[in-house]
Amino acid sequence: MTTKDIFHETLSALTANKVRTSLTMLGIIIGISSVIVMVSIGQGAQGSIQSSIQALGSNLLIVSPGAQRGPGYQVSAGRGSSHTLTPADATAIESEVTNIAAISPEISGRYQVTAKGTNSNTSVTGATAAYATVHNVQVNDGSFISDADVKSLNKVAVIGPTTATDLFGADTEAVGQIIRIKGIQFTVIGVTVSKGTTGFNNQDDAIYVPFSDAQLFLQGDTSYLSNISISAVSSDVMTQVQADITALLLARHKISDPTAADFNVLNQASIVSAASSVTGTFTILLGAVAGISLVVGGIGIMNMMLTTVTERTREIGLRKAIGAKRRDISTQFLVEAVALTVIGGTIGVILGWLIAYGVTYFGILQASISTSSVLLAFGVSAAIGIVFGYYPARRAAGLNPIEALRYE
Amino acid sequence: MIEIKNITKTYVNGDNETHALRGATFTINDGEFVAIMGPSGSGKSTLMHILGALDTPTSGTYKLDGHDVSKLSDDELATIRRDRIGFVFQAFNLLPRATVMRNVTLPLIYAEVPEIEREKRAKKALESAGLTEDRFGHKSNQLSGGQIQRVAIARALVNNPSLILADEPTGNLDSQTGDIVLGTFQRLNHELKSTIILITHEREVAEHADRIIYIKDGLIVEDGSGHNKRIIAHAKKKI
Repeated sequence: MTTKDIFHETLSALTANKVRTSLTMLGIIIGISSVIVMVSIGQGAQGSIQSSIQALGSNLLIVSPGAQRGPGYQVSAGRGSSHTLTPADATAIESEVTNIAAISPEISGRYQVTAKGTNSNTSVTGATAAYATVHNVQVNDGSFISDADVKSLNKVAVIGPTTATDLFGADTEAVGQIIRIKGIQFTVIGVTVSKGTTGFNNQDDAIYVPFSDAQLFLQGDTSYLSNISISAVSSDVMTQVQADITALLLARHKISDPTAADFNVLNQASIVSAASSVTGTFTILLGAVAGISLVVGGIGIMNMMLTTVTERTREIGLRKAIGAKRRDISTQFLVEAVALTVIGGTIGVILGWLIAYGVTYFGILQASISTSSVLLAFGVSAAIGIVFGYYPARRAAGLNPIEALRYE
Repeated sequence: MIEIKNITKTYVNGDNETHALRGATFTINDGEFVAIMGPSGSGKSTLMHILGALDTPTSGTYKLDGHDVSKLSDDELATIRRDRIGFVFQAFNLLPRATVMRNVTLPLIYAEVPEIEREKRAKKALESAGLTEDRFGHKSNQLSGGQIQRVAIARALVNNPSLILADEPTGNLDSQTGDIVLGTFQRLNHELKSTIILITHEREVAEHADRIIYIKDGLIVEDGSGHNKRIIAHAKKKI
């Protein structure tokens, strides 16, 4: 039999009972489209979590004070509450550790902020000009804090878009307005570009003031830092930079046992990979649930093929009588099953793509369809055709022509 | 040429042995029109299955055109059927979904005959079987019983077989249509020199053949001309 003949036979067999063919196909369509939708939702979630972590800054390392909890240590001081990081530590890191693109010493706290009768409780960060580089902060309107502002203790502030709306309303121009933090007046010189939220932390609800102002007027103590953020030159050197910083600070703080360190160096890459492994598991879980429906669809195919073989027993007998070999018969039925799943798979991919697109378009969830999931779905549907079509096809090929011709 | 020597067929079902054929021997030359006749249970169906290479004998030899067919595998038997045997069944066994043309070209598909040649040969076979070209596009449910059986005859003819095997070809037809079909066989035998074996239990049908082999209880009882009185007498006893 030529390929063309096989396709002709398959087409005529599948169109002979259109209702049954479409219902059987529906099982595969639902299975494949749900796999596509579920996997793309999982991957979309992964992508959006990763991009919001990336928005924190690129190749970011954060040194925060407080002890790492090691085995045998029952109590660790709350991070940020201890005063172990000093401005001198930041200077030492900057001068002694290689492969650093930018370093930003930071002081942060939450304060009541007032402006013209409105008030808000917001996180206030004392930042240098490097903060914008390290944390990917972009200013939409106005400018960020400059080194000059830090040096001359200018009472200026850069605020996040959410804070701007909270304090001044959506329609008022925030730049040039006066805000009071702990009773001290600051002039707003810029509004940052929205970055979205990371978990519980809304990055758009923040106020940045010059580092020196925060030290003197808000914290009232110049001896310690809330944390130091460092941007490494590339993602490849992050482990090295992390190790160097740890070694340097251990030496500076005169601590010989690394498990007793009074600071903690957090690597952004490890946060990303932790988040990825969570969303990866989530994707696999969703895919597996959808995969079950695919298996059910496959059983539907097998059921239909077995019915078809029984129904067409006489036809199989005749085909054998006029010279069809076992292989001719099994190929015919196998191709029929594979055609069912591949056609169903194609429709399922299109349907799944449309649903994923719709879900994203209407803002219900972020879904991203990858070529690999489409190819996988295709491969799986063809494989299901082969797996679930094999037994019926073998059964058809093994029929005895004499008995098959007598079958009523 | 068909050479059957001491063919036996025994079916074993648990402890029971059924001897369907107990040693049949005969030769059929090319161009003969033979009827194999016998009552039900006589072993004529078993004989037909062996002649049609659908089954192999328990012992004995069957040579078709000099090829020993008696000890072949399933797929080798399929090749013999494809190249050398044409079947006509009582129940017609046309594919209901396919057109007349498709039904007749089916054996050529398995024989891997090029597509261009298929329709040419099918057309020739259909014309030999007495069907007109306006029916070629019809499906079998649009045809009469006689036309259906002639499509089946064309299907049997299309691969130029050494042997056409017709199993009760008139069993599902009224006598008038049956006569037309039997006439078609006679004409094919005369004009194309086709070798035809007709399996039947009816004397009137068997008499259309030139030679009748009468089988009973797995043995050949008579073998001779269609007008042989003793064979007809055997048939009458049965009726």
